[in-house]
Amino acid sequence: MRRLVPYLQVAPLATVLLLFLVIPVGMILVVSFWSYDQFDIYPDFILDNYRYIFTSPVTFSIYLKTIYYAVVTWAITLVLGFTISYYLVFHVRNLLWQIGLFLLCTVPFWTSNIIRMISWIPFLGREGIFNQALLATGLASAPLEFLLFSDFAVILAYVHLFTLFMIVPIFNAMARISPTVIEAAVDGGAKPWQVVLHVVLPLSKTGVALGSIFVVALVMGDFFVVRTMSGGQSGSVASALNNEIGLLQYPTAAAGAVVLLVIVTLMVAAILRIVDVRRELAA
Amino acid sequence: MTVGPQGRRPLSFWILTAVFVLFVLFLYGPMSAIYILSFQGPTGGLTFPMRGVSLHWFGALFGQQRTGDFSGSFARSIILALIVMALTLVISLAAGLAFRQRFRGATLIFYAAIASLVMPGLFVGLGIALVCQVLGITPRWWLTGLGAHLTWTLPFGLLIMFAVFNRFDRSYEEAARDLGASDRQVLTAVILPILAPGLIAVALFGFTLSYDEVARSTLTVGARNTMPLEIYAMTNNVTSPALFALGTVTTAISFLAIAVALLTIARITRRRGTGPVRAADPAGAPS
Repeated sequence: MRRLVPYLQVAPLATVLLLFLVIPVGMILVVSFWSYDQFDIYPDFILDNYRYIFTSPVTFSIYLKTIYYAVVTWAITLVLGFTISYYLVFHVRNLLWQIGLFLLCTVPFWTSNIIRMISWIPFLGREGIFNQALLATGLASAPLEFLLFSDFAVILAYVHLFTLFMIVPIFNAMARISPTVIEAAVDGGAKPWQVVLHVVLPLSKTGVALGSIFVVALVMGDFFVVRTMSGGQSGSVASALNNEIGLLQYPTAAAGAVVLLVIVTLMVAAILRIVDVRRELAA
Repeated sequence: MTVGPQGRRPLSFWILTAVFVLFVLFLYGPMSAIYILSFQGPTGGLTFPMRGVSLHWFGALFGQQRTGDFSGSFARSIILALIVMALTLVISLAAGLAFRQRFRGATLIFYAAIASLVMPGLFVGLGIALVCQVLGITPRWWLTGLGAHLTWTLPFGLLIMFAVFNRFDRSYEEAARDLGASDRQVLTAVILPILAPGLIAVALFGFTLSYDEVARSTLTVGARNTMPLEIYAMTNNVTSPALFALGTVTTAISFLAIAVALLTIARITRRRGTGPVRAADPAGAPS
């Protein structure tokens, strides 16, 4: 009887994941082989949906764009996240301050992403705060047009929304580094940058890996930031899928989702190959 | 390494402090701009300068024609977030207890939870919508919407429970058992009080992540929108400060939830600081 207890305890979680994650994702895979017309979708086994994806000239460019967003956002959030975490862990000596400043960085996570995203609009527009400031100080003679509704705006919003997904895991990894390791390096004659490069960075790689997985997956799966911040001028794979869903072309969208999932999984697997996250998570 | 021989801050400290301050400004600056702009006068636009100060745009939120079903979506979001919060709390706690033992399928369920965390929300929504279509179920916010939200909140709940149980000292539990406590007593009198701060964190994640959820909601809440979907729709067609007023209101709710959670955690921790003293108090009646 007692041996049944953990199964009963985990059953609700397992049920939710089965009903609302495993079966639905399985359904996406199944429907990606179905056919459809403008009214409904029909059970079938056709490869047309995939053929459409791999022969469409748009596919390649849209994937290129999405991966470009992911890589640039990843690089910026990584540098920012690492720097901020490093500062909090190794430069803020008072524990209360450390917790307080860490919370300051994480509080936006618990607020609306949409609101945080649209809050850039009064800043970046033609008559926005940046342009007014540039004109007033004479740094520019005409308003900069590229600020809003551009790749710049999209990446800015990504960095704004997702940097904390880097900060939290890297901070956790760094907080576990024993001060004695660093003292040893300093005593051994390491310069500060050598300590960062050869001691702190290797010891926080789990956090870097986890943060990278988050950021890459979030950017690759995003559809609403790219749509709003590019003003509809740019698209990502997920926003194209969202359009197909809007047109009720479910099987095509499902096939697109399967391809994107395979690619995201490969990216995550590549990160996990470099860093064994599971070992660290279990510890 | 951060302190010089005389205890003085190195130059790198000041550079990094500047970076940190700029980052915080970057994080909060734009948000605060929309809060300020939402208090504009009736003729105000989407950017500075402010044209007068008023509560006009907050009033406009309740005018149906302007912003759609604001009150309804607001109520739905709050109710849904509360249900998600309660379920996330109970399910995560139970699962956290389960993962303290070995059981078959543990690794599989763990990976499913991680996959749920990393899975693009749009696909969770698409999958649920497809299942609904095939089975002939109408998506509803309290059914499919609830399930979709749980796939987002439960992994966070589970990871927090892992972190909390990692630091949990089982000798308290064993001591209680040695003194004859039943399973139920161990849970309610020992485990739950010790885990309380972690459980509040789980509740905070459950509430706020559900309250602000977009990607998983689009295809799963059915005909009646939740608040973030209403806001998302507004970003495409409303170009007045009413949008910002809505942002201010919804962020205020989030901040309220965060403040309640953090203050409660702080209070529990502070009370713990004096805990042993009280326990030693001979007159200390259990309160």
